[in-house]
Amino acid sequence: MNILKRPKQIWLLPAFLFSHVASADWFALNLRKGVTEISREVYDLHMLIFYICCAIGVVVFGAMILSMVIHRKSLGVKAASFHESTKLEIAWTVIPIVILLGMAVPATSTLREMYEPGEPELDVEVRGYQWKWQYTYLNEDPSKEIQFMSALLTPQDEIQNRAGKGEYYLLDVDNPLVVPINKRIRFLITSNDVIHSFWVPDFAVKKDAIPGFVHESWAVIEKPGIYRGQCAELCGKDHGFMPVVVHAMEQEDFDAWVITKQEEAAKVFEIVGKSWSMDELLEKGEEVYARNCAACHQVNGQGIPPAFPSLVGLGIPVGPIEAHIDILLYGRAGTAMQAFGQQLNAAEIASVVTYTRNAWGNNMKDSVQPKDINTMMASQ
Amino acid sequence: MNAVIEEHDNHHGPDKGILRWVFTTNHKDIGTLYLWFSFLMFFIGGICALGIRAELFQPGLQIVQPELFNQLTTMHGLIMVFGAVMPAFVGLANWLVPMMIGAPDMALPRMNNYSFWILPFAFGMLLSTFLMEGGAPNYGWTFYAPLSTEYAPPSVTFFIFAVHLMGISSIMGSINVIVTILNMRAPGMTLMQMPLFVWTWLITAYLLIAVMPVLAGVVTMMLMDIHFGTAFFNAGGGGDPVLFQHVFWFFGHPEVYIMILPAFGVVSAIIPTFARKKLFGYDSMVYATASIAFLSFIVWAHHMFTVGIPLAGELYFMYATMVIAVPTGVKVFNWVATMWQGSMTFETPMLFAVAFVILFTIGGFSGLMLAIVPADFQYHDTYFVVAHFHYVLVPGSIFSIMAAVYYWLPKWTGNMYDETLGKTHFWLSFIGINVTFFPQHFIGLAGMPRRIPDYALQFADWNMVSSCGAFLFGFSQLLFLFIILKCIRGGERATERVWEGAKGLEWTIPSPAPYHTFSKPPTNMAEAHG
Repeated sequence: MNILKRPKQIWLLPAFLFSHVASADWFALNLRKGVTEISREVYDLHMLIFYICCAIGVVVFGAMILSMVIHRKSLGVKAASFHESTKLEIAWTVIPIVILLGMAVPATSTLREMYEPGEPELDVEVRGYQWKWQYTYLNEDPSKEIQFMSALLTPQDEIQNRAGKGEYYLLDVDNPLVVPINKRIRFLITSNDVIHSFWVPDFAVKKDAIPGFVHESWAVIEKPGIYRGQCAELCGKDHGFMPVVVHAMEQEDFDAWVITKQEEAAKVFEIVGKSWSMDELLEKGEEVYARNCAACHQVNGQGIPPAFPSLVGLGIPVGPIEAHIDILLYGRAGTAMQAFGQQLNAAEIASVVTYTRNAWGNNMKDSVQPKDINTMMASQ
Repeated sequence: MNAVIEEHDNHHGPDKGILRWVFTTNHKDIGTLYLWFSFLMFFIGGICALGIRAELFQPGLQIVQPELFNQLTTMHGLIMVFGAVMPAFVGLANWLVPMMIGAPDMALPRMNNYSFWILPFAFGMLLSTFLMEGGAPNYGWTFYAPLSTEYAPPSVTFFIFAVHLMGISSIMGSINVIVTILNMRAPGMTLMQMPLFVWTWLITAYLLIAVMPVLAGVVTMMLMDIHFGTAFFNAGGGGDPVLFQHVFWFFGHPEVYIMILPAFGVVSAIIPTFARKKLFGYDSMVYATASIAFLSFIVWAHHMFTVGIPLAGELYFMYATMVIAVPTGVKVFNWVATMWQGSMTFETPMLFAVAFVILFTIGGFSGLMLAIVPADFQYHDTYFVVAHFHYVLVPGSIFSIMAAVYYWLPKWTGNMYDETLGKTHFWLSFIGINVTFFPQHFIGLAGMPRRIPDYALQFADWNMVSSCGAFLFGFSQLLFLFIILKCIRGGERATERVWEGAKGLEWTIPSPAPYHTFSKPPTNMAEAHG
């Protein structure tokens, strides 16, 4: 940087610029090679076709540019009179067909590999919601099934430019999908509302999550690491804010993670059963609200009417508490208000209901206990 | 008898005042209306685009929030496709087809008037949704269900009605083109003597008649789902969201060719003129156009490689799509062969036409890459796709429209446009467009999805470059407007022939073209096509 202030060393400038370019992330210009056999094959296929296109471009554009340089009226050129040539026309029909066949063969074999059925060693259900993912580790014993939501972690302050942006701006989630390496993982992809698309560039996996369909895709990850992708299909307001983060780790680390998760599930069971104080509910509720509700209803509860109604002083939060719990659990058809019953646990539902009834001057002074939520859900 | 008719014609000029334009059945007036309408829509769609690029200038949300951003992307696409590109080509067809085939007017002049005047109402209604509760359509110009049905803002019903109106307008317009071309050619003009612009429009008109009803069908199914309790696209009611995409793209893929085939016709008229050499391979151009049109019906699912199509389906649609490269290649090679050993000059229309060939071919290359299914899994719904279709639509369709305007403007107005300004407009547009869309290939490959209002930091540099290019291109179009207005108001008088190497019946009539032309059919078919 200093060289810019020292004219005598200006000769260093090209070197400085070059080093800057050389250090630039080349991923920012091209596809990733990724970390699976398939993703590398896709990369090679991409480069092959790219080079073929470049070669054709050089020939065609070369002929055009040459012609534009030498066949100019200003150079005194008289126009030739030819206007057809069966031989030429056959040649430039047949040659492209041959080139296309050269592309089709490797493309077909890669595609067949991608569709190769194989015995999955881990099944993960990926379910798209507006605007987060739900991961379920399928298990024959339902009590051992791990299930959690994965939502954007980037704070609103960074998005709205009130705070500096972190390294993984928009590409960070609260709970990443955790998987073991060197295992064939099958993703069973579906959606709860609109169409989303589950995409992890490093695995060359992109599959639409469509309500009413379960699509499958698979990957064998070769290297531990954190791999980031995004929802690829327009899914409404926060389409740009639902990243996919996959944490791939060694098998033993994964096993340890599974045990922690199962213990956590047991703990949730315990806290749902206990009695909560008002302060505990409000504290937890504020946190749940920020993560799940603020994107639409806004941090101050004012919403963005009419699509996302205000919660302050009117409507559901100041009405009967049963209706309030009902809309949280089951959503409201035909609106963006989702059914949170499957996404949040009873403690989260209870606390966020309590919070919204008592925040921003909504002085309802009532509350609900997690175990009551469970009772309500069971009675439905 | 002839003398009487001519006498009558000489007294029958345009009406005075605004009613001339409301009631006109003259193909030239209607062509002018279409062209100005499309120019207005081009600016409105352009404002939406600049809103998008302004937001994407830097990471973070600065100018528009996500709800409005989605409305801008949707309306930008709808307005540019249905409001700018398609009406511009219909305008060119109205002006040029009768003059090129030696007909006095379109075959169905009254219907011609209706088909234009539907459009301001359709787009007035579409634009009014910006002021409605819940905002304008926000589900992308492809309006995939269920985002566009169960989850759509209330304005979706107005959108559906507007699409119906546009469809009616297009169908009437294409019936008119077909009937005119098939019935009103000057005596002695065979189909294989028609200029390629007429040929490409004839084929385009058939495409329109075939697919606009499909679009009408899909929006009607949406309407039923939204208001009448059906569940065509609602999985919860036993419907199928993927069905929507199949029906939409059965319309949508031929639609892509509707927007490019007339462009091929324009370029095939301009390059021979400025190369002073006959078009190379006229017959193969016609057959290539017809093949492309046919293939366009059987490749639709290449827009849907990620929706979970079985292997056999993926392979079929990949191969079929790759085949399109063959007739398209033939066209490009023919244009290059036309230029080869010509005696070329580079007036503004030629500059736009040459840029068309190069940049459209680049869009063709990325199209070929997108056809390769395994690679498409990485490209799909990223900025790579955005770069691809903008390369075929902006320096493709829109450059050809600009080329056509410069090429025929002297014939329409009787005045030459300002060549220096025209070339300036070309170079600003050419640089602007490449600076905008070339970097989008990179950010797409690097992993930036389409239709997002905010992005991760590694995409920041190229997005900034892209936004700068967009503003350069956008503001350059004010110069285009100025050049056209200046040309209408005056300038060097244009000759009958206008361009030294121009061939075709439209160059045998005076400039500006009289209000009524070819009341008596022309006889010299040697002029028919270059």
